[in-house]
Amino acid sequence: MTKASAELFQGADWDFGTLQRIHDACEEIALGELGLDVYPNQIEVITTEQMLDAYSSTGMPLFYRHWSFGKHFVHHEALYRGGKRDLAYEIVINSSPCISYLMEENTATMQTLVIAHAAFGHNHFFKNNYLFKLWTDAEGILDYLEFAKSYIARCEARYGEAAVEATLDAAHALMSHGVHRYAGKTRIDLRDEERRQQERRAHEEQIFNDLWRTVPGTRKRSAADVDFEKRRAALGLPQDNILYFLEKSAPRLQPWQREILRIVRHIAQYFHPQRQTKVMNEGAATYTHYRIMQRLHERKKLSDGNHLEFLKSHTNVVFQPTYDDPRFSGINPYALGFAMMQDIERIVTDPTDEDREWFPDIAGQGEPMEVLRAIWADYRDESFIRQFLSPHLIRKWRLFQLHDAPEIHEGLLVSAIHDERGYKRLRRELAQQYDIGWGDARIEIVDVDLAGNRRLVLHHLMLNDCPLDESEIKLVLQHLADLWSYEVLLQEIDSAEKVIREHTAHPRENLYRASATS
Amino acid sequence: MHIIDRRLNPRGKSLENRQRFLRRAKDAVQQAIKQSLQNRGIRDVLDGGEIHLPIGGLGEPGFRRAAGGLRDYILPGNRTFVEGDIIPRPVGSAAGRSRLAGEDDDSEDSFRFVLTREEFLDMFLDELELPDLAKRRLSETTEVVPVRAGYSVSGPPSSLAVGRTTRLAMMRRIALHRPKKEDIEALERAIEECDSEEDRLALKAELKLLTEKSRRVPYIDPLDVRYRRFENTPKPVVKAVMFCLMDVSGSMTEHMKDLAKRFYLLLYLFLTRRYEKVEIVFIRHTEKAEEVDEQTFFYSPASGGTMVSSALAAMRAIIGERYDPTEWNIYAAQASDGDNSYSDGSVAGQLLEHEILPLCQYFAYIEVGDEDDDSSSSSSTLWQLYQDIHAGKRPLSMRKVCRKNEIFPVFHDLFRKGQVHSEVVP
Repeated sequence: MTKASAELFQGADWDFGTLQRIHDACEEIALGELGLDVYPNQIEVITTEQMLDAYSSTGMPLFYRHWSFGKHFVHHEALYRGGKRDLAYEIVINSSPCISYLMEENTATMQTLVIAHAAFGHNHFFKNNYLFKLWTDAEGILDYLEFAKSYIARCEARYGEAAVEATLDAAHALMSHGVHRYAGKTRIDLRDEERRQQERRAHEEQIFNDLWRTVPGTRKRSAADVDFEKRRAALGLPQDNILYFLEKSAPRLQPWQREILRIVRHIAQYFHPQRQTKVMNEGAATYTHYRIMQRLHERKKLSDGNHLEFLKSHTNVVFQPTYDDPRFSGINPYALGFAMMQDIERIVTDPTDEDREWFPDIAGQGEPMEVLRAIWADYRDESFIRQFLSPHLIRKWRLFQLHDAPEIHEGLLVSAIHDERGYKRLRRELAQQYDIGWGDARIEIVDVDLAGNRRLVLHHLMLNDCPLDESEIKLVLQHLADLWSYEVLLQEIDSAEKVIREHTAHPRENLYRASATS
Repeated sequence: MHIIDRRLNPRGKSLENRQRFLRRAKDAVQQAIKQSLQNRGIRDVLDGGEIHLPIGGLGEPGFRRAAGGLRDYILPGNRTFVEGDIIPRPVGSAAGRSRLAGEDDDSEDSFRFVLTREEFLDMFLDELELPDLAKRRLSETTEVVPVRAGYSVSGPPSSLAVGRTTRLAMMRRIALHRPKKEDIEALERAIEECDSEEDRLALKAELKLLTEKSRRVPYIDPLDVRYRRFENTPKPVVKAVMFCLMDVSGSMTEHMKDLAKRFYLLLYLFLTRRYEKVEIVFIRHTEKAEEVDEQTFFYSPASGGTMVSSALAAMRAIIGERYDPTEWNIYAAQASDGDNSYSDGSVAGQLLEHEILPLCQYFAYIEVGDEDDDSSSSSSTLWQLYQDIHAGKRPLSMRKVCRKNEIFPVFHDLFRKGQVHSEVVP
């Protein structure tokens, strides 16, 4: 019996005592041996349906109401019930305490894997990566979501569901261009947001004086007075954060609409770091769970059978089919992340001459966890791949680059393979694909004719002369025009600074009618 | 570390979002339902189930790049290529390209999801009603509704009228001069502060008197208690009967019968679901008519010549026997290919115009045609006959149906809420 009692659990069944033992065992290894630094953990056991719920509201435990979440729910549910797709084993939320959702169907081994992966791997990454530190406020997010939910519910009661829905639709369409890409001066404090909203409102009420309406207006300055440069400076143009610009400068929005834009913008900003660190985040978590599970097995806390079960799921997770495999659907971030973390471990502990030449700083340094922790803290996907994708891994994965230029070649040109000439090019290109600043369409607001017809002018700086999707752009511009409430013009500009295409949209009348009566 | 069991949380967290989505998608869903009706067998027309929605109008647009332009892909698993090779594009260029681009593989072109039977029927029967349900009677099988009728001194605790009870208690307390709590407390305080023994005794006697009185006059007495009283009042019930007259003669092709049956099936579902108290009489006729049950009506074959008057006569007879026109709202829906024996024309016309229509709230006539017919040209004997009758401002509507996909619109049209009835649309 002494041998059996060393094991954390036997078989597949688990209860809350088991979860506690698993967590404590993982914690001992994660904090003691791997030196991780995590937020306090909160583990929540949920059902399949609750997992689908979480899926449809971008993983958050509470969210405002909007039809699009219903659509996602219905979609995921149909896929899941039809047996076309499995659900994720876990969802983890970047908050403090760090909330991990565990599915009730998981076996005890799977729960161990998930706790090691989410509650320690992701948790450490959230707490330490510079992007998350800079852009997200883990302590405040849940309170902020609560505020957002109740604020939007209050708006619905007050201004009508239709008006709120129209505003949210428009805000969602512009969500991808509602983030600040460069850090400002102050750290965000989401907990403060609710208070600030109340302050703004109180201030407005305080300074309201109906008399001002009756004062005869002074003569407006003529259009010529406000010259182009001055106008741009006054409005902070060019501006790539469209939602921010609308919130601050759209002339005819109601205060509550500005607040809704602000909410959507904050949420987009909260998810911005996750989009930039997919490979690293999953790589770090997968590497962590792999180390923890190995140690548990070595310490005889995990039986051989359970260890095999773990290895099976682990290999499924980090499986990368080759390009000609029917299962291929792009590069698996788990696989790439995990392979790179393992490769770094190899470089640190057992470098070859090539590694010494390519990575003089870390080759043979001897302490893999120390190096990895530093990397996890200071890089994002793009810079991580640019720095640490080694020739060894490129050879192992047999990476190659296809260049698709329909005008020049009939077929696809193989422009680089895993050889001496190709390593750097492959690495540069792959890194670039993970740079979301490069991947997202580059759109900025360049001018507003405030004195004239108030037309808003935007530029799309085309990448490789690739235009925007025509049918989508119409819809998005319509939303933008509705919010701006005057004409909107989008010019697509190619690399030679020539305007290739123009799109315009005019606002619809009475879209936010309920708001007009208030 | 905390472990929280969320499994017991209330279910259906995204129900509201789901409903909002359905509301938004209503037009698209109704379109999809019509589509789905065409392709289903007659038995499972309305079983709910899977719906394919085109995603347009429900899309969430964003600034996305169009396909095309210069692109680079990094792929794993090179075995044979060397730098500078030119390889052919993968077949099925669009699919191959999106796969190469490593996008998420969920094509959302047609968006599939499953409606529950309830949701399906609600959407399906939206905005339909029986026209002119005018005759309301207190029927003999009385349905009752409880109506508030003052207060009573007895009743179940659940209908205790708290407000009334406390009001009565207060009246009684005031009338009987129940000592106030504050007075007693003031007296007690006075006793504590009192110095002379003599006064104290007097005060104590007074206190005793007061406390005794307050015990005799309780705060709430059983006498005060009142209950809300309900009286059962009979509710006027609308009685309605729908006659389904179907021609099953030899001239009706399989296609026509299928159309007619589909129409009646919609009607049947609509009536049974929307109106609890609607009776349905199924009559099928060749040269003679018979009343049948729904199973026979829908599923068993028959053939022969055509005499429309037989069906109308049967309907008149049944009305005479069972459905007193002064109490019942009478409706009829007739489906036929429009053929009628020549000699029967005037008889049927007379019957309909002078005997049936005056009794009916609404009479709908569906003429079914062959698939290759043009539904706008119509000159069948029955159609002409009915058109003449129709000219006399009767509650008669006529439609012609040739294809499966016309069934639902026609049905919807005939029973649309609040429409002005009696019209001819060939």
